[in-house]
Amino acid sequence: MDYKELGLTREDLVEMYRMMRLIRVFEENAVAYFKQGIVIGNMHMYVGEEAVATGFCKLLNKEDYIASTHRCDGHLIAKGADINAMMAELMGKQNGNCAGRAGKMHQTAPEVGLLSANGIVGASETLGTGHALYCSMFAPERVSVAFFGDGGGNQGAFHESMNLAALWKLPVIFVCENNHYAISTAVETSTAMGTFYQRAAGYGIPGVRVNGNDVLEVYAAAKEAIDRARRGEGPTFIECDTYRLRGHHEGDEQTYRTKEEVAEVKKNNDCIGRMQKLLMSELNWTEADDEALIKSVDDQVAAAVEFGIKGEPMRVEDMMDNLYAE
Amino acid sequence: MSTIMYREAIAAALAEEMRRDEKVFVMGEDVAITGGVFKATKGLLAEFGPQRVRNTPLSECAIAGVATGAAMCGARPVAEIMHVDFIGCCFDIVLNQMSKMCYKTNGQVTVPMVLRTQGGRGRSNGCTQSQSLESLFTHIPGLKVVMPSTPYDAKGLLKTAIRDNNPVIFIEHKGLYQTKGEVPEEEYLIPLGKADVKRQGKDVTIISYSKSVLMALDAAKELEAKGIDAEVLDLRSLVPLDFEAITESVRKTGRVIITHEACERTGFGAEVAAQIADRLFDELDAPILRVCGANIPVPNATLPEVESAPTVERLVNAAVCICQGGKRNG
Repeated sequence: MDYKELGLTREDLVEMYRMMRLIRVFEENAVAYFKQGIVIGNMHMYVGEEAVATGFCKLLNKEDYIASTHRCDGHLIAKGADINAMMAELMGKQNGNCAGRAGKMHQTAPEVGLLSANGIVGASETLGTGHALYCSMFAPERVSVAFFGDGGGNQGAFHESMNLAALWKLPVIFVCENNHYAISTAVETSTAMGTFYQRAAGYGIPGVRVNGNDVLEVYAAAKEAIDRARRGEGPTFIECDTYRLRGHHEGDEQTYRTKEEVAEVKKNNDCIGRMQKLLMSELNWTEADDEALIKSVDDQVAAAVEFGIKGEPMRVEDMMDNLYAE
Repeated sequence: MSTIMYREAIAAALAEEMRRDEKVFVMGEDVAITGGVFKATKGLLAEFGPQRVRNTPLSECAIAGVATGAAMCGARPVAEIMHVDFIGCCFDIVLNQMSKMCYKTNGQVTVPMVLRTQGGRGRSNGCTQSQSLESLFTHIPGLKVVMPSTPYDAKGLLKTAIRDNNPVIFIEHKGLYQTKGEVPEEEYLIPLGKADVKRQGKDVTIISYSKSVLMALDAAKELEAKGIDAEVLDLRSLVPLDFEAITESVRKTGRVIITHEACERTGFGAEVAAQIADRLFDELDAPILRVCGANIPVPNATLPEVESAPTVERLVNAAVCICQGGKRNG
């Protein structure tokens, strides 16, 4: 995929590279503090899948909506959510993005169009379609992107959402992040066709499958789909073939796959490694540039950790608040 | 005042709110051309067009989920689930999405929507289209639950529900759509959480909601002939619950019967009884009684369908028992 043909500049590529690194370092830190008991909850990491969120969100405006899953950190960060408030939320702190009451799987950043991530697999499909209905009726300049995994692709909500969105020509892009495993169940043993993208034909909408670890491939498919949605031509279904480099959750023994399988992806098809290689081989990206970028990302995440640690835990006295809106 | 049917009151409330606020729209199965199988959305398509009166496929999960997703952005959808029994097809949206959004986001994301549905028996629709499932909803923090018994209440409560910034489960009764009642010409709203004394009395309080209120009123008439003056308290909304009105009535009568069509076991009557026992024990002159649905699926054949729900006869018997003494039947 030629970045120039996509209208991207060196600056754009560096920005996406930095974004993928930021997501990864944020999560690596979250895991490290989880192991110390400072971050709490059920940790589903996005490590390995960063190119998907990065490729899509690069094309979205702040006002566009995204609907996310239990594996939501990457979506939030790529959409521009405040990582300080994210880290604090992971620690159950009052300065978290939901004041500590949402936690890892339910983070929220309404100021950038992420109205709430979700612990229910498949919920992002219907909710994301609902955001698109809002766009089509009341905010036609906006679009909605619904992220879900290969697990979510096998929920009934998938069919109902795709059919309704296609029927009503809603500005929604359905993004299946096929990371090959629904917890321990390999996609070959959960999905009759093995892949998802061809289901789009049944709804009369475009469906494509791209290498989800190549941010440029993701970007290219996302651009076409988002442009189509903005033109009012309806939904697109994009299957991003990606890979979860960590367990389903932290503590997952991963008895369902070999270490070699994971190592192979890490070595040859990691989204960050791919972009680093491209930058170095074609865009005069030096070791020094790389070190400087890594340092700036590390510093940014360290500040988020500090922000979280300094925060006060959510108080029992506040737990009855905001059950209802006024 | 004009006399209109319950279903017309629903349609009128929807039309008035749709005229008032462009963010209000209706979606559901068969809501457009036919005006719904119960005709409660009749006339809306002609006035507001297909953009705001959205006929959907038979996809309850999408109806509830898409409405919730739109409401999260600031729309005010009124989504219709044709039979409350179909809630099983979209229960995740009710249980985990619309109800939890405001709380989990610490008030940043709200879900200002109404989920209109209907339940109850009386048309020999059998066990999957006759249920009274309100307790499923009252058990979930974050929802409001409204169950009107008259056209006047239905209209005023639905208008308020649409303006409420929270998800409201609005449960109509299939046996009420054709009932008539007086409704003012001018606009009015009824707050949620305000019970209504449908009949004043001093001997026993019959607490109810939805169609069972009409049965309670019939029973009160019969009780009058037996020298028992029954008060009929219509809760109108279960969440929020007007415990003040319950307190006022129980203080006056000292005797309570709770009646509803839903199965007795862990039905809403159990909650009301428990709260009265906890907070008003000293006001009571007799045990709290429940006259509720049998703990079985709703049978289809006419007589068992009727007899598995509360009847006037059983309600009268229960009132006589606690007011005058005697043996309780059933």
